Amino acid sequence: MKIKGRVWKYGHDVNTDYIIPGRYMELTDPGEMAAHVFEEHDPTFRKGVRKGDMVVGATNFGCGSSREHAPLALKHAGVGCVLAESFARIFYRNAINIGLPALECPGIHDSVSNGDAVEIDVTGGTVRNLDTGAELKFNPLPPFMVEVLNAGGLVPYLKETEEW
Amino acid sequence: MSTASEKILARASGRDGVKAGEIIKAQVDTAMMPDVTSVLAIEAMKKMGAESVWDPNRVVVILDHVAPPSSVNSARVHALIRGFAKEQDLKHFYDVESGVCHQILPEQGHVRPSTVVIGADSHTCTHGAFGAFATGVGSTDMGAVLARGKTWLRVPETIKVDVNGSLGEHVYAKDVVLRVAKEIGVSGATYMALEYTGETVADLTVAGRMTLCNMAIEMGAKTGICSPDHKTFAWLRNHGMDIDESDALHPDPDSCYRRTVELDVTGMPPMVACPHNVDNVKPVTEVSDIEINQAFIGSCTNGRLEDLRQAHAILKGRQVHRDVRLLVVPASRGVYKEALDEGIITDLVDAGAVVSNPSCAACFGGHIGLLGPGERGIATSNRNFRGRQGSPEAEVYLSSAAVAAASALTGHITHPEEVE
Repeated sequence: MKIKGRVWKYGHDVNTDYIIPGRYMELTDPGEMAAHVFEEHDPTFRKGVRKGDMVVGATNFGCGSSREHAPLALKHAGVGCVLAESFARIFYRNAINIGLPALECPGIHDSVSNGDAVEIDVTGGTVRNLDTGAELKFNPLPPFMVEVLNAGGLVPYLKETEEW
Repeated sequence: MSTASEKILARASGRDGVKAGEIIKAQVDTAMMPDVTSVLAIEAMKKMGAESVWDPNRVVVILDHVAPPSSVNSARVHALIRGFAKEQDLKHFYDVESGVCHQILPEQGHVRPSTVVIGADSHTCTHGAFGAFATGVGSTDMGAVLARGKTWLRVPETIKVDVNGSLGEHVYAKDVVLRVAKEIGVSGATYMALEYTGETVADLTVAGRMTLCNMAIEMGAKTGICSPDHKTFAWLRNHGMDIDESDALHPDPDSCYRRTVELDVTGMPPMVACPHNVDNVKPVTEVSDIEINQAFIGSCTNGRLEDLRQAHAILKGRQVHRDVRLLVVPASRGVYKEALDEGIITDLVDAGAVVSNPSCAACFGGHIGLLGPGERGIATSNRNFRGRQGSPEAEVYLSSAAVAAASALTGHITHPEEVE
């Protein structure tokens, strides 16, 4: 699985309130959630994001609430992948479960700049910065998570899986 | 040689033993979902092809975050969830009058020591206070639990948090957990469990232990856990549960811990978490010049009777500062009634408090009690992220109920001893 896109770079501890504030938790349509993604944290994001773009964080990306609205808002705004030095655990599970690759990639924050074009080989475990030529390796996802991602998320995965 | 989490997850996955790092499938004893995450979970369950929940006796649904609804959209969401509860004949559905999910769950007998509690809310780790393995998940994971009664979990490494010494006057469990957060940091326990031990933890009430476990997630932890003792069993029996003490699992003394954090809390002052991270913790005296516009006493962290008693002891017969709005929200209907019976609510209203129905209220910034641009609030809840309680230009400080009440009196962050 290969993904190509431009980088939107943020810092440490990007929490779920930044991604989508609590008052939007009453929304149930992912398209409506996407309309509010990073609304206060980075008002330029929603207007500028293009399909396949990547969000890059430093440590503890997605900390805070269990709201799946956070990865759903990113995915439905067009984000193809989230890369970070490390993730908060519920966000990480949620992202994989809805079919949004979340990849823990040590060194990523320093090796890309905002707007860089990046290519990721999700299963091979490489990130290539197409603007600088820099290449990073990361530990590929465990096979179970790759299966979930390949199926398109936990819903389609479980639909086809009797044993659980 | 196993931690509490390893023992509970071994039992839940039908294994003799499991070790940190393994991925296991655990049978879920209690599945809980609140209003704001339920609809997506229900949709996920149905899309997975399941017509009905795996066990209508083990699914607990609680309308608490936006209770009663403050918008047409949340009213619509509540109606959808009520319809699901009826359609599925769920035995444990709690409507908007009930209170915060993490208070209702143990009060109504849904948490037992050494069981697995999965909740579609990040503060589900609260129930580790009863010796359960309790953790928060998102809606799709909850959909899978609803459909199959199981979830996958990576067995966590454990940090032992050994707290000793006696707490001084005006110092409470909240101050201890803020001190722990300062030590461990907001991501220092990511994917791990926190086992709270030591004489201070043993001395705490069950309510205080709930405060400790509740904030485990603020350090990134999967769960916080206290070994069940005579206080735990007495609390559960007082809440109508039939408990077999010999069934409870305890960590082995020679368990393998990732790290041990030792704290001596003797002489420790009240603590305050400053904007905009929970580990930005300072002694109350270092921030006493900070003026506030709102004080919020409530939430699954500190909305229990002992918190309301702390506030009452400070506010009785006095008046909240004219520039401060004080919002008091009991964590459950049970807490509310006890506070009414003790005369606490009357005195708080006389002091100038707005007392609201049990709910999550101001904690998550989606319901009553928001902060405007440039405003500052002190809150007994669990998160002070930028924008968490309203405007992104507002600031949230976190403290115990005693510090919040003292601050409401003076208009600035205040050590309770100053208003004695």
